[in-house]
Amino acid sequence: MAGFSSIIALFQGDRQADRVVPPSGFTARLTSFTAGAMAFLTVFALALSLATGRLADRWNAELARTSTVRISAPEGQMAAQSEAVLNVLRTTQGIKTARVMSDAEQRKLLEPWFGPDLPLDSLPIPRLIEIIETDTGPDNESPRLRLAAEAPGAVLDDHTRWRRPLVQAASRIRLMGLLSILLIAGSTAAMITLAAQSALAANGQVITVLRLIGARDVYIARAFVRRFTVRAFMGALVGTVLAMIATYFLPAAAEEGAFLTGLGFRGAHWLLPLLIPPLAAIVAFWATRLAAFRVLKRLM
Amino acid sequence: MIELKNAAFSYGGRDILIDMDLRLAPGSFHFLTGPSGSGKTTLMKLCYKALQPTSGLMRIFEQDVRAMGRDDVARIRRRIGVVHQDCQFLDHLNLAQNVTLPLQVSERDDEIDDSHLMDLLGWVGLAEHRDAMPAELSGGERQRAALARAVIMSPDLIIADEPTGNVDWDMAQRLLALLVELNKMGKTILLATHDLNLIRAAKQQVSTRVLRIQDHRVVLAGADL
Repeated sequence: MAGFSSIIALFQGDRQADRVVPPSGFTARLTSFTAGAMAFLTVFALALSLATGRLADRWNAELARTSTVRISAPEGQMAAQSEAVLNVLRTTQGIKTARVMSDAEQRKLLEPWFGPDLPLDSLPIPRLIEIIETDTGPDNESPRLRLAAEAPGAVLDDHTRWRRPLVQAASRIRLMGLLSILLIAGSTAAMITLAAQSALAANGQVITVLRLIGARDVYIARAFVRRFTVRAFMGALVGTVLAMIATYFLPAAAEEGAFLTGLGFRGAHWLLPLLIPPLAAIVAFWATRLAAFRVLKRLM
Repeated sequence: MIELKNAAFSYGGRDILIDMDLRLAPGSFHFLTGPSGSGKTTLMKLCYKALQPTSGLMRIFEQDVRAMGRDDVARIRRRIGVVHQDCQFLDHLNLAQNVTLPLQVSERDDEIDDSHLMDLLGWVGLAEHRDAMPAELSGGERQRAALARAVIMSPDLIIADEPTGNVDWDMAQRLLALLVELNKMGKTILLATHDLNLIRAAKQQVSTRVLRIQDHRVVLAGADL
């Protein structure tokens, strides 16, 4: 809380204390630009991370409660095997519904690969049965054994095989997004530390005079810390707002759940980027404070 | 006020000052003299803890310098006014802002009173330069400005290191008169100079002691001055 109140006090300002350090236009602009650019990147990393998180959750939820039975059988046996499979599924615990997918639904599934005019009737396309599971779900081994006995052409696919790598990939991308945010914060701290050290070195004589006339380290540090904290905050605010505008105009998520069309923020997530400017200010506050005290300790 | 017992200061393996036994009593006026490079500035810096003795005991305002933290150093410096030969100012502030800087950094801004400031600037003869920037001041004016800055906090001790080094004799006498006046107000003065005429002039106005640095030791100068 002490750190937070110090930051609040910094924004309230002390014109007298600010005056002791000469204005430094170039480092001021550089710090603001750096903070702005980093905030811009952070917003995109955050958007990416949240979007992949949403995607992973959706894939997980949608695919976890469904499975499919694929029946490959000669034309004459297809109806009988389908009925046999449905009978097995109806009497299996953990299965809420099971239904044969219509030709139109199967055509729609194949449309992205074969186009809209697929002659489904003339092709040996397997029949698909969609299964919706209950919350507890079935023990997949028992229906699999029963299907093997009663409908030899039926194969139960619980989606695990291809769901797991997709969810893993999305989770990794989310993790990388979060890691990027941490790296950006670290880089911001490093750059602000360098800028602060440069400003402190350039004002060596000012610091010497201030120490000579009885200024405490905290007074001298405050003049620099306030300057860099405010610059970082303002720069980050501009960067964040610009990035939020850019994110707003990204294409909205498509119905099909296409990955690159859902990169924006949704709902309350729009509030998250607003945390970036205060966080940038906190990073700048501590980076400058530590740099200032390190430099001041070298002086008597 | 300032006390050294068997204190020494060495730098890079070389003895600068040794066997220092010295006591500056409150209200005293001490000159410090000696050839260039003898260690006058070093002794001055020890007195406001810009340096620390490498051995022996040193107390400033009854506090052992070895036990002082950085905030303690800042606090004792508020009780010491320092005037350098190459008086340093903040070049982006005007004279009034520079002179009131000690009050500001001590967070006693409320004591910055315009009439008090004008009295002080008038006392050092700089009232008409109130808004001048440091670069616009002559050497003598800078020395007087440094003196004004040194006394604005009403310090107990004033340390002046060759304050008359860059000014003509008339200005040197004027600065001396200001220091003598401060001493008469009860301030302790330690003034480093190699100008014997200045010391003689002071002796006619106030009771002084003259310390000389000789062979790295601080000794009381004899009647030859």
